[in-house]
Amino acid sequence: MSSMQQRSTSDTDPRLNQATTARSSARTVFRNAHLVDGTGDHGVHDLYVKDGRIEGWDLTVDSSAIDHEIDAQDRLLTPAFVDLHVHLRDPGQEQKEDLASGLAASAAGGFGTVISMANTDPVVDEPGLVADLVRRGARTPGARLHPAAALSHGLKGDALTDFAALKEAGAVMITDDGIPVADSHLMRRACEYAAELGLVIQTHSEEPALRADGVMNEGAVSRKLGLPGNPDTAEALMIFRDGELAHMTGARVHIAHVSSKRGMEVAEWLKANGAPITIEVTPHHLTLTDDSLTSFDPLFKVAPPLRTTDDVAYLRDAVRRGVVDNIGTDHAPHTRAEKERDMLNAPFGISNIEVCFPLLYTELVLKGELELTNLLHLLQAGPAAVMGWTAPSLAPGAPADLTLLDLEHSAPVKGVDFRSKAKWTPWEGQSLQGWPVLTMVGGRVEFDRSDLAQAVSI
Amino acid sequence: MKVPNIPADHPNMTFKASLMSATELDRALKRIAHEIVERNKGASNLALVGVHTRGVPVAERLADLLHKFEGTRPPVGKLDITLYRDDLTEIALQPIVRRTEVDFDVHGMRIVLCDDVLFTGRTTRAALDALIDMGRPASIQYAVIVDRGHRELPIRADYVGKNVPTSASEIVLVKLNEIDGSDAVELWERD
Amino acid sequence: MAAVPAASRPITIPNPVSETPREGSPRRGRKQHLLDFADWTKDEVLALLDTSDVMAQVLTRTIKKVPALQGLTVATLFFEDSTRTRLSFDRAARAQSADVMSFAAGGSSLTKGESLRDTLRTLDQLQADLYVVRHPAAGVPYQLARWTNAAIVNAGDGRRAHPTQALLDAYTFRNRFGGNGAFEGKRLAIVGDIDHSRVARSNIELFTKLGAEVALTGPTTLVPREFADLPGVTVTNRLEEAVEGAHAVMALRMQSERMTRGLIPSFAEYVARYQLTSEVMKLAHQDAIVMHPGPLVRDLEIASDLADGERSVIEQQVANGVPTRMAVLYTLLVGQK
Repeated sequence: MSSMQQRSTSDTDPRLNQATTARSSARTVFRNAHLVDGTGDHGVHDLYVKDGRIEGWDLTVDSSAIDHEIDAQDRLLTPAFVDLHVHLRDPGQEQKEDLASGLAASAAGGFGTVISMANTDPVVDEPGLVADLVRRGARTPGARLHPAAALSHGLKGDALTDFAALKEAGAVMITDDGIPVADSHLMRRACEYAAELGLVIQTHSEEPALRADGVMNEGAVSRKLGLPGNPDTAEALMIFRDGELAHMTGARVHIAHVSSKRGMEVAEWLKANGAPITIEVTPHHLTLTDDSLTSFDPLFKVAPPLRTTDDVAYLRDAVRRGVVDNIGTDHAPHTRAEKERDMLNAPFGISNIEVCFPLLYTELVLKGELELTNLLHLLQAGPAAVMGWTAPSLAPGAPADLTLLDLEHSAPVKGVDFRSKAKWTPWEGQSLQGWPVLTMVGGRVEFDRSDLAQAVSI
Repeated sequence: MKVPNIPADHPNMTFKASLMSATELDRALKRIAHEIVERNKGASNLALVGVHTRGVPVAERLADLLHKFEGTRPPVGKLDITLYRDDLTEIALQPIVRRTEVDFDVHGMRIVLCDDVLFTGRTTRAALDALIDMGRPASIQYAVIVDRGHRELPIRADYVGKNVPTSASEIVLVKLNEIDGSDAVELWERD
Repeated sequence: MAAVPAASRPITIPNPVSETPREGSPRRGRKQHLLDFADWTKDEVLALLDTSDVMAQVLTRTIKKVPALQGLTVATLFFEDSTRTRLSFDRAARAQSADVMSFAAGGSSLTKGESLRDTLRTLDQLQADLYVVRHPAAGVPYQLARWTNAAIVNAGDGRRAHPTQALLDAYTFRNRFGGNGAFEGKRLAIVGDIDHSRVARSNIELFTKLGAEVALTGPTTLVPREFADLPGVTVTNRLEEAVEGAHAVMALRMQSERMTRGLIPSFAEYVARYQLTSEVMKLAHQDAIVMHPGPLVRDLEIASDLADGERSVIEQQVANGVPTRMAVLYTLLVGQK
């Protein structure tokens, strides 16, 4: 096992420098892999991996020099996905998820790199906490972990955290995700500071007073059910504020989980008018509507809430037109008991990282709503560009972060088989097609669907 | 030979025998009416209560007969015993509950409970409970068209139209004009 | 051999346990729960009202009790307190000789915010046959129904539904206007804070199902626009328009917190525009009744003299709660197997 390497503080792709135990000196070859990355569909090749990097394609290598041979069987081999938005609940809420289960779940979803949100207990608002996550993440099998740090101390929205020190400790993003930043003046200062340091600020854009105690989208369904509603205007209003501040300060502001047509229209307009913002959409907002809430199952309770068919249609359209920069899962695990409370008391969040790709492949690509290349872009180059990272690729020299996808394989979603602790998901039992079958991170296989012995530790 | 109509929703029974013709039924009711008068030394303070469903026409006919014999028609009440059954949690069909219509005060009255068939005695027990929940009659007597045996409780009828020994798989059907369009008492076999 | 009798009308085969053929005991669509009236047909509801008649009669006897539910246990789970409704169900259960267990909010068994499934698991040890549930969050009865074999009666979930209230309101209406055809072509007007009212939602559902029209009125902030799209429902912000020709006018409670949250400017304004008075009732049908789900705040939603007047059936509504709830318990529990 290679020794830990020093982190660089430059703005280049942190993955080039981050040491993981995944770095392996072994040579692996993927035989008959259908290679697709951001530069195109390259057809079927043998892809060689050595020392945690892609060595080349169709090389002539003696079989004695090959440690590991994987028969890809013409399946799709593509760079592992990048998720800018996961809740790993570690530290402090390990009953919901921890680094081990969360990073394993990420790898099972085909993800090679994830950014963890800071709304843990304690909140990740001190450099020591960031460094601890970096250290433990490096030691934990699964996807690579880059922590985000809080924008305000304790997420209270009163005082800014020390962005520079947090960045120094390894934080790649600043966000109070979970809690909207109510004070516009504080948000302005945060933007100015982040712009100076070249940090991305991710926003949870919902105007708190309008959002109030809403548990679902405000609309015909919420009024029929008599549940307090959260109107799309709360989102649109806040996106406008956040985008304006980005424009004003030049900060790179990443609008997380845009959920509504109105919100997307505002974001689109801001972008078109020069605001340096990027736009994220989640898999659930592309596939579920507020009608799901008529089942009174808190598995569908999420923030921002599921919206109407019109909203879903518009978001899909925005994705097609290239307005959306990335798909972030906002994987938000909770315990079963928490999700079996009543609709007012159950926490918000959907466990989805392991079904993200098959869900979108089945509901969007197979139904002709989106091209596969677009979907892959939103999970690879798109998020990388948001962070200013090198676009993932299959070219020689690129890190060996790969995922092998079986686009023909159909199977029902079974939460009980999840690596995540949150084995309860809205798509339970639904048949989906297009599953990641193997994920490699830094040259080491971190997920293999055929490995039944790879049970998650709880 | 013309076979009587098998009930459409219960095809699993076969007609076995006629137990009483219309004339025989009529005679039995007249006899019972006389017996009631004799036993009670007149028809004063008397009331007839029919157990839903077929006990009701029995009570009405007996009341008409008593009117003919004694000059006054005793009051007639209708009793629904559904809420007093002891088998409510076991049955698959949900019985419709009907209104009980007893418009007179039962207190101190001599009640003659009327029903079509006496079998296990459970319906009778339920009827007794229902009646007593309405007040305190001076006495309760029991009149049935057919006593078919197989008692499961210590219950007996005071006035019986006909005693018919039966087996458990047999069914005694009392048909009354007011409900069934004709008068007859028939024995059927369950298939 | 005896002569074969002439063909006669078909007779139903008696239930093996009973002795005589019981005419008219059809196999009924067995309902397991009363969560709302979504999957109840009009006939099933009318049957409930008919059974309520029988139950009402039981309550007039010397012994106001029947053994119909003997040996069965009814548990009331009131996560949100309501003495009146809880006691009404309690009475309805006891009048049919059922055993009753009561669990109230704040007690150790019912902690708000706990996993409902876990709460139910603990209670299920007591083997209740039926749960009467009231909870501040919509949908809880549906959630509970997933995790138990017992029957569930919704006694009010959030703002969404309160089916037994609607049932007793319909029963009261039918007693005034007579028979099962009582609802066709008639109009119920509901006045007030419709948005926050489960009573309103359930009455809209039930009265339209029974063939009546429903007119809704109240401050615009408190009447959801979408309700105008429901079949048989009209929405207006003028009290006079809703009341005109109505056979029943129901005033809803106006809670003070609506004022603090800016939904209505002041009580005075509400009274000026939406209070039910004898004057306004002149626009209604000549036999119109005045209803209120209670508790009533005098001279707010309804003028005092109207509340006490001839048209008011408010006290009857309360009284009708017991026979209608008896009918519900009977219908759900009998013929269980």
